[in-house]
This record gives sequence, structure tokens and C-alpha cells, in this order.
Amino acid sequence: MSLGLLALGILSLSLGSVPIDPDRIFRFFAGGGTGSALSSEERLILFSVRLPRIVFAGVVGATLALGGAVFQAILRNPLADPYILGISGGSALGAIVGIVIGAGSFYLGIPLLAFAGALVTVFLVFFIAGGARSRLPDNALLLSGVVVNAFFSAAILFFLSVVNSMELHSITFWLMGDLSRASAGEIFVAALCLTGGFILLYARARQLNLMVQGEDTAAHLGVNVPRTKKWLLGVTSLMISVAVSLSGIIGFVGIMVPHLMRLAFGSDHRLLLPVSGLFGAAFLIAADTLARTALAPAELPVGVITALCGAPYFIFLLKRKTF
Amino acid sequence: MAFIQAENISFAYGQKTVLEDVSFSIEPGRMTALIGPNGSGKTTLLKTINGTLCPRAGRMRIDGRETTRWSRRDIARKVAIVPQDGSLIFPFYAEEIVLMGRFPHLDAYRFEEKQDYRIVREAMEKTDTLSLAARRFNELSAGERQRVLIARALAQEPEVLLLDESTVFLDLKHQAQFLTLLKNLNAERKLTVIFVTHDVNLAAKNAERIILLASGKIYAIGTPAEVITAENIERVYEVDVGVDRDPRDGSPRVTLLTI
Repeated sequence: MSLGLLALGILSLSLGSVPIDPDRIFRFFAGGGTGSALSSEERLILFSVRLPRIVFAGVVGATLALGGAVFQAILRNPLADPYILGISGGSALGAIVGIVIGAGSFYLGIPLLAFAGALVTVFLVFFIAGGARSRLPDNALLLSGVVVNAFFSAAILFFLSVVNSMELHSITFWLMGDLSRASAGEIFVAALCLTGGFILLYARARQLNLMVQGEDTAAHLGVNVPRTKKWLLGVTSLMISVAVSLSGIIGFVGIMVPHLMRLAFGSDHRLLLPVSGLFGAAFLIAADTLARTALAPAELPVGVITALCGAPYFIFLLKRKTF
Repeated sequence: MAFIQAENISFAYGQKTVLEDVSFSIEPGRMTALIGPNGSGKTTLLKTINGTLCPRAGRMRIDGRETTRWSRRDIARKVAIVPQDGSLIFPFYAEEIVLMGRFPHLDAYRFEEKQDYRIVREAMEKTDTLSLAARRFNELSAGERQRVLIARALAQEPEVLLLDESTVFLDLKHQAQFLTLLKNLNAERKLTVIFVTHDVNLAAKNAERIILLASGKIYAIGTPAEVITAENIERVYEVDVGVDRDPRDGSPRVTLLTI
């Protein structure tokens, strides 16, 4: 699977408004990056435009798929996605406020606001669901996530109806997900969060296996449920908030990839988490490649591709194989 | 010495009192039945024994140590519980479910080793579930699921086994097999067993001691002959019964008298 991801990466590098032969790219890398297989112009396109974007797509795809898998397990709800705790609404609102007040002219202005929005929302959702007791019942979490998201959607619509057309354009792009704008530093941060998050989550993979069977069962078998749950929700929310604040909202990856992987590899999270991450990365790289080549030189929002390809494929799988 | 000791346990879900001033002690290696009408607090009592519910008042001790002081992991190595029924949202194979019984014995980042698989295999042999190993848990019948959950509890290698209505869905053959298994484990490994049941006769035949709960209080506690009397059963369950002795082993036998 990792090899598949690598091959896909190279293929994706080669595609674009200026096609470059994948064989030459491979020879370039095989030659230690010094050979003359590529012209300097091609190298510029590859390394400052396509490569960062592909890496970023991979990081975001893996983060979303991993987050989806964890949320679905903790909330024991197959419909949960990484945004279910209000992260999408919160970060979108943060980003929009940033765009409206012109924070885009500052370094990291909009991502930071989006990140802050996401974090505030997650805390708000936890607070509403937790109330006085700190047991975080699943349905309360889900419901408060939905309610907070709905409230923020209204706020977003309000902004959309009052801003000027320039702002409207960047807001729309943000809402549909945009993998082209992240800088190398931002990509590095997102990758770091993904790596750290994965290591921390993987350590609790067996606890997740028990949690999907119900919190009582998990407790009977030796899991400290309240602590594990808060910890998992916290790590995952943080990781996703970082990714979303840099990429905008990309749907379908987080909900679909874990399901596909469950169908293919079973529900053991020790396997499910890594394969979800890998496949999420591959899927989003492929979707983004399609997004920038399908109508080249024009670009489609990557979220359009994920939903357009994802939904029918998902339906096909559901029909073919029962849960 | 008492292995499990309850001292004046009280418990309430919100305003509703479920257990009130429950005290008892159970010696190691005993088979104890917990009986009582619906809503008398049997399951709640089981959960306070393994510490998943924290009593509002009183103390529950296992092996001299209060359950609230144990870590979940330590307690799961000592006490296993077979719940009434498990259902799953995501598909797991029966064997994976049983393997999860090894959880309290394993560290993070580690996969099960040969020894764990051996223990799991044994547990599945004993519960007649080996043939179900490669099937999805959700697709099994209630009785088969029950046996898989029993196997999981055995894979925990507990010293105390708590059973919540574990025989309800079992057919006669598997009921007999399961009771024999319990008695063997009880004799060989000194496994302490506490089982909740609605079948008063099953309790009378298989338990050394019976705890009869009525609306959250202990109504009677003692040997089957002491607890299973027509008077006790009629008072607690509000039905007319006849109680005689089973000619084969002399245990009390309850017959429901209906008009």
C-alpha cells in the first residue's frame, strides 16, 4: 500500500497543465536528484508547485481519514466524520472572519483564526455535552456538535450575504477546500501533527477496539473509559483542526475511507488506523490531481472531486457487501 | 477469609435508589447465585463488584482491596464479566472478540503472542465456539454470541467470573456444557463464580450459596435450602409456588402454581 502511494505520488507529479513524463521523474529521483533528466523549468514546477501540493494533499487526506476512523469508533456511529464535533463550522467561521477583516495580509493570519475557531468550537461542544458531569455521553456529544455546526452555518450564510464579491470568492474557495495555498512551513506543521497524532492514537488502538463494543464492555475489560475517551477526542480534534485550518473543508474523505478500509481489512484498529491513513492520503492525492488536471488549466475545488467520485463508489460498495 | 466483601453498599441512578445497604461476603472458589425480580438491582450489584459502578455509600472489597482503588486494568485481570448481550456497530470476527479478553494482560503497541492465542483457543474449545471463530459476531445467534462472550471472559483468565443471565439464550446442550464447565473451573482453578439468573431452579441446583435481592436489599442469603422456601419466593416474586425436594439430590425445587 505504501508502494502504491509512492507510485501514485510520482504519477501525480507528472500530471498537470505541463505534463512531464513519469519515467523521467523516476530516473531523476533514482539518480539522486542530480541527473539531467529534467530541465530546470520542469524542476521548478515539480518542486515548488506540485510536490508541496501533493505532500499536503497526502497529509490532509491521512489526517481526515484517521480522524474519521477514531471518531466513528469513539462515538460508535458510522455516520460520524472528522467534522462532527463542530470543527468544520468553527474553523470556517474563523476563516471567514479572517477574510472579512483582511487577516489574509498577515502571515498565517487566516489559518490561525480558523484554528482558533475550531478549538473554541470543540471546547464549546464538550462543554455543552459534558454539563456538570464529565462522562461525555455519545449522543450528547453528537447532538451538540450538530447544533453548534448548524448555528455556525447560519453565521456563515450571514457573512456570505453581506461580503463583497472578492471576499465571496475566497470564502467559497475556502469552504470547498483548497490544497494549493499552504506554504512549506504550514505543510510541515500539518505533517508533524499528523505524525504525532498517529503515534499517540495508535498507542490506543486496542482501547478503540474495545470502545466500539460499548463503554461498559471496554470498562469491564480494563479500559479507563472516561480518560481514554477525552484523550482520544482531544488528540484527534487537535490534529484535524490543524489540517482543516490550512486546507479548508474537504468532505467525504473522513467518513468514507474508514468504511472502505473496514470492508477490506476488518475492524481491528491496529490495522485500520494505518491503512485508513495511507488510503486517505492516496485518495486525496488522486482527487486533487484530478481536480487540477480535469479542466486544466482551470482548477476544480478538490471537495467536488472527493464527493463526485466518493459517493457513487461508496454506494456501490454498500450494495455489494453488507455491513 | 472473605474474597469478595460488600459492606453496606448503596447505589442510585440519579434519584432512583437501586441498592440499599447491601452487605455480604463471598469466600474464594464459591459458586454464588444472585436472584431476584426484575429491577431488584442484580446487574447493578454485579457492576459494583467489578468496580465499573462506584457505590454511593459503603465499600466493595476484592481480595482485601477496595475496588475503587484498583486500576481498571488490574481489576480486569482479576474479575471478568459476561454481559447480557453484546451488539456491534462495526464488524468483528468472533475470534477477534475473544482475543480482546487478553487486553488487560497486554501492553500498548504489542500484538498478541503465541501464548495469548493458545489461551484464546482453549477458551473457545471449552465454550464450543471454535467453529464460529471466522464468523462475524453480529451474524451469530444470540446463544452463539453468548458463548463467544463467555469465551472472552475465560480468555481474561480471571479469578472471579460474574455472569449476567448467561444461560438464557443457551439451548439445553450448551446449558449443560456451560454449567459443567463452570463447575470444573470452580473445582480446578478455584474460580469464584457469581451468576445472576431468573431460573430459581437453576440457582438451587448449581449454587452453593444464594443471594435473594428484593428492591435493592438483601432479602435472604444462605444455602439453597435456606433461601429457596415457598415463603421467600412468594413474598419476593409475588406468585404462588410449591417447593419440594428433588429426589435425585435433595435440592429445593420450585414449581410455579398458576390457575
